Amino acid sequence: MTSFTIRTLAASLSLALASFAASAADPIKVGVNGPFTGGSSSMGVSMRDGVRMATDEINKAGGVLGRQIQLVERDDEAKNERGVQIAQELINKEKVVAVLGYINTGVALASQRFFQEAKIPVLNNVATGSLITHQFDDQPENYIFRNAAHDSIQAPMIVEEAIARRAFKKVAILADSTNYGQLGRADLEKALELKGVKAVAVEKFNIKDVDMTPQLLKAKEAGAEAILTYGIGPELAQIANGMNKLGWKVPMIGSWTLSMANYIDNAGPGGEGARMPQTFIQEPTTPKRQSFIVNYLKTFNPKNSRIDSPVSAAQGYDSVYLLAAAIRQANSTDGPKIKAALEDLKAPVDGVVTTYVKPFSAKDHDAITANIPVFGEVKGQRVVYAYEADFKKASEVRVKDVNAKGALAPVVKK
Amino acid sequence: MQILTQLVFSGIALGMIYAVIAFGYQLTFATSDTLNFGQGDALMLGALVGLSLVGLGVNYWLMIPLVCLFGIVQGAVVERIGVRPAIKIKSEFGWIMSTIALGIIFKNVAENVWGRDDLKFPSPLPESPIKFLGANVLPMELLVVFGALALMLAVEVFNRRSIYGKAVVATFNDRDAAKLMGINTGLVITFSYSLSSLTAAFAGVLIAPLTLTGATMGSVLGLKAFAVAIIGGLTSGMGIVVGGLILGIAEATTGFYLSTGYKDVPGLVLLLIVLALKPAGLFGQAAIKKV
Repeated sequence: MTSFTIRTLAASLSLALASFAASAADPIKVGVNGPFTGGSSSMGVSMRDGVRMATDEINKAGGVLGRQIQLVERDDEAKNERGVQIAQELINKEKVVAVLGYINTGVALASQRFFQEAKIPVLNNVATGSLITHQFDDQPENYIFRNAAHDSIQAPMIVEEAIARRAFKKVAILADSTNYGQLGRADLEKALELKGVKAVAVEKFNIKDVDMTPQLLKAKEAGAEAILTYGIGPELAQIANGMNKLGWKVPMIGSWTLSMANYIDNAGPGGEGARMPQTFIQEPTTPKRQSFIVNYLKTFNPKNSRIDSPVSAAQGYDSVYLLAAAIRQANSTDGPKIKAALEDLKAPVDGVVTTYVKPFSAKDHDAITANIPVFGEVKGQRVVYAYEADFKKASEVRVKDVNAKGALAPVVKK
Repeated sequence: MQILTQLVFSGIALGMIYAVIAFGYQLTFATSDTLNFGQGDALMLGALVGLSLVGLGVNYWLMIPLVCLFGIVQGAVVERIGVRPAIKIKSEFGWIMSTIALGIIFKNVAENVWGRDDLKFPSPLPESPIKFLGANVLPMELLVVFGALALMLAVEVFNRRSIYGKAVVATFNDRDAAKLMGINTGLVITFSYSLSSLTAAFAGVLIAPLTLTGATMGSVLGLKAFAVAIIGGLTSGMGIVVGGLILGIAEATTGFYLSTGYKDVPGLVLLLIVLALKPAGLFGQAAIKKV
């Protein structure tokens, strides 16, 4: 035999081996979609980092079904049309088996119908619009899941805090003009109505507005004792700054976005005392949470040892474990099989936010119920537990309870 | 009454922010009939460079001349790369696309250098409001109003009194004749762009403590300022100030008396009315174009 043939033989053999090895350990592609730039980037980046961390842990432990998880990260810039483009790319070009992400309700609503059609499960880990998991209620199968506290939980919590716990009689609503702000405003008004209260002023503002004087003056003139907000960090900070300027300080209670780093940093001392529902507060109240916080700080080293958006990071982290558990149980990366497994998870999934015991069912695609979030408060430039009692009981993990009070009736699609 | 004063004060502060940016549009229009559509981005770059300098430990007041210097260079770059080629071939519209393109490039560069989040610009003045005529005003707002007025006044005096200013006016009136008289019109146009970016950069550091600082801060402001320039008239410095005040006060008062959802409408309706009735702007002189 000539050396030439030996060499070709060896080469072809190694080639065959290599391709065999590749097919066995073909990575599982998972799309990660969120705004990594712009006003909501502190949520998007924290979510992505949480996802990266969980993926890393799973891959180091041998992956899922003997295969590594490979993340395909895309920046949707909080723009609906970018989200749609990315959805098509993830489905047709990258051929992902599932998608994690969506921070902005508008982007989720615009993009997820493509995944629904392609039978690829979507786990919304941050976006809160009530409609998100109910967008396809009229179809036999629904591929949209969520492990974030939706607005029909948050809005009643905000109202409960303002009207019942703190006994404010007159409240004003300030919401931004995006899908998120306006859907949230509608939820707030509905929740107020259940308490027999009508907001004394309902005002709107645009993204990038620099002056909130007219809105605040209207609220002030109407005699508001508290301001309920639905917006994102930078504009919320301008509201706090505007109040400071007018020399009129009333409590701000709003959706969970009041915990965003760009609210806390830009509002400075004027932003202290704002309260918002949180599924996770950066406190090591359980061993799981402690190791999550320690690892996060070590890996990503955020400024002042403060996670930019702890809620997004924790929910992003949990969403990976939920997906991994479903793939394991389905023993397949087939979309419909993963979906079926998610709807009927046999083993509880130990997460940072909660322990997920049967988080989803065929009818219910929301993992977070009204009993899970607690109130956070901005204090000393970070988010802490607003109530001592919640903090003391924080080590008792709150598990999903569909009968928990506070949630409004589910959205009925017209 | 107290409410109205408060609204008017807020409107004035907002209007002066618009005016000082719009002033930059007017400066370049006055020499070359062209506008820098990247004006908002020049403002953003000024603010971010200022923020970096403050971060390095430079005093706020010392930082301002440095930022102005940066503005001069930035404006000259825009003119040389984006505008001069278009003027040379007497293209009517080439400069529109190239200034917009440069603006987008600046924004992307800023996003990569300073990140995409909105940052807090430390205020050089106390952040607690002072009482004035029964309304609350931030010291920073007063600084914006007077700083903007002082800058515009300085530039106007320069243009009207100095020999260099005469060259600017001559270049506007008849570029070819000015050239024959020995005026280096190319240099005059470059200079006007430098001056325009200088005002934008100055405006940037002036307003940054009030608004938030970030790569996207210029886009909305640049657009509103453009409306101001149209309302006031692109040929009149005085018109710019009045236009800014009108738009600022209109926004603040409609927000309160009508609805905050329609806050931006009256200013734009005014823009349409002005365009229909007096296309050169409230204070502008109608240009007679001889063909």
